[in-house]
Amino acid sequence: MSSYGSSVRVAEASRVAIFGGTHGNEMSGVTLVNLWVKNSAEIQRKRVETKPFITNPKAVEKCSRYVDTDLNRAFTPENLRYTRHTAGNVSAPAGDELPYEVQRAQEINRIFGPKGSPEAYDVVFDLHNTTSNMGCTLILESSKDHFNLQMMNYIKKAIAPASCLVLLNEHPLLKYSTSRSVAKHPVGLEVGPQPQGVLRSNIFEAMRVILKHALDFIELFNEGMEFPTCTVEVFRVLDRIDYPRDANGNIIAMVHPNLQDCDWEPLNPGDPMFQSFDGKTIRYQGLGTVFPTFINEAAYYEKQQAFVTTRREALVASAIRKV
Amino acid sequence: MEVDEVVRLPRLSRVAVCGGTHGNELSGEFLAKKKSRRRRSRKTPPRQSLNRCRMVSLSPRGPLPGAVPYEMIRSRELNATLGPKGSPGAVELVCDLHNTTANMGLCLIAYSDCDWICLHIFRHLQASAHSGKINPKSYSLDSVGKHGFAMEIGPQPHGVVRSNVYAAMKAGVQHMLDWVCFFNSGSTFEGEYVDVFTMIKHIDYPRDRETRKIRAAIHPQLQDQDFCLLHPEDPLFQTFSGETLRYKGDEALYPFFINECAYYEKGIALSLARKRRVMVPAIRVQTERERQAHMEEEEEE
Repeated sequence: MSSYGSSVRVAEASRVAIFGGTHGNEMSGVTLVNLWVKNSAEIQRKRVETKPFITNPKAVEKCSRYVDTDLNRAFTPENLRYTRHTAGNVSAPAGDELPYEVQRAQEINRIFGPKGSPEAYDVVFDLHNTTSNMGCTLILESSKDHFNLQMMNYIKKAIAPASCLVLLNEHPLLKYSTSRSVAKHPVGLEVGPQPQGVLRSNIFEAMRVILKHALDFIELFNEGMEFPTCTVEVFRVLDRIDYPRDANGNIIAMVHPNLQDCDWEPLNPGDPMFQSFDGKTIRYQGLGTVFPTFINEAAYYEKQQAFVTTRREALVASAIRKV
Repeated sequence: MEVDEVVRLPRLSRVAVCGGTHGNELSGEFLAKKKSRRRRSRKTPPRQSLNRCRMVSLSPRGPLPGAVPYEMIRSRELNATLGPKGSPGAVELVCDLHNTTANMGLCLIAYSDCDWICLHIFRHLQASAHSGKINPKSYSLDSVGKHGFAMEIGPQPHGVVRSNVYAAMKAGVQHMLDWVCFFNSGSTFEGEYVDVFTMIKHIDYPRDRETRKIRAAIHPQLQDQDFCLLHPEDPLFQTFSGETLRYKGDEALYPFFINECAYYEKGIALSLARKRRVMVPAIRVQTERERQAHMEEEEEE
């Protein structure tokens, strides 16, 4: 079937950024971006300007997730709009400095955005690690971003038989304002399991390979290659499940050994979900089978999240070619 | 000393099980809370170290002028509660609970190779297929008690509690407390040889001369191979350009604490140990008469 008449025309992706250190203790991205800031040969492609960038240098220096507040939640319209001139419209500490990460968000929005404008960067890859056993995961923010869907399809095929899954977070309440959201095509890259503050060579190399294929795709696209329509399997975020807690908010159970490390495997109603500290099993009480992920991510204890549930969907990506 | 001579040791009346010495090593924190031991439930930021009483700051801008670091205050409080260190009033046994990102399984860390109490506890735990090592150079919380050791379990990321690791630590602490009960009730523990690992040296990551940033990661063939013998010329690191750097020592040694998160800032990629055999004598608790006689001897001295 010829898709010539039905290709979606997408602007050439001439400006691409690779963000590392959005969380300062997620070491694969920090290390890769530092490497490429020093020598960017590996990430250069024809017809593309690719900029490696450390988004949260103070957190990287401290090797902590953040300094004042999570940078990867800071790109809200309110934060990006807030200045001393608009102070009357937005609640903020009067006379005090903004939280460091809000200042960074504004700076990043100036350089790589403005978010939502024609001047924004075409693609931003935001590199993350997780303590969860998620393997290689690409995070998509919109089911209608055909460029990203085609890129993710390309990457999945390129690394096969190794696995790279796609997590779609379009949930009206659970979606958050990421650093990559300043770009027209934001791509999250999450590789685990890796402890915070640790660099594992296998995780580092896996992330590097995925970026190589992503940049190859962009180069092919910019040269005029047409990518025919395809179907991409995604996992769509449904819900966030917290740890059982007591009246004071203290955690009273752990992820059950049957669920620990079982990211992306089906969780059925009645399956073990948590284990209390004295060994009692707490079971999943949902209505149907879900696919859990971000199971036991260290940074999410404070966000009241033991794991997220997803459902599998097949998205159809339109054929695309450059304008 | 004859092999079959039974060493009489004082009763272990007070045992402290301490969690949260490193505030992001969660198994011990949750276990200690569960056992309702008296502890101060306060979060310390990751990488602050109560062990070794380093002068560390809670504030990213450094300590306020004249302010005493929190961990220094805590170490004095704990010395008052569990010690004083080196005094007759100190608790008899301290067990300090830790996690590591390294694949070390359950590991007991003692600070002496002639602390027979700790070595017999280790043998008792070894019956459940655990390993142990001795680190005569460590200077840590466990030393405020008359006997002490750390129970280190990994791998577990900091800030995470894994149910299998928690279960292993809970079982380890329970075995230890069971042993203390047996000991206090008069059981004799037979002498035997015990294999221990003695720390010889640390190896740091290769670093950039100017920036001091690391320029290689633990080699994939070494990652997670704690306590598996490392021979000269075995792969040690993999640089970011893919080159393999090999172990250049003369002697095959046992690596441990391979890729422990908290040790990057201490300049330690891994530690190396020699395995050796220690003869542990038979022990049992002192009778009341023996205890009196021992006290009278000490007074005369």
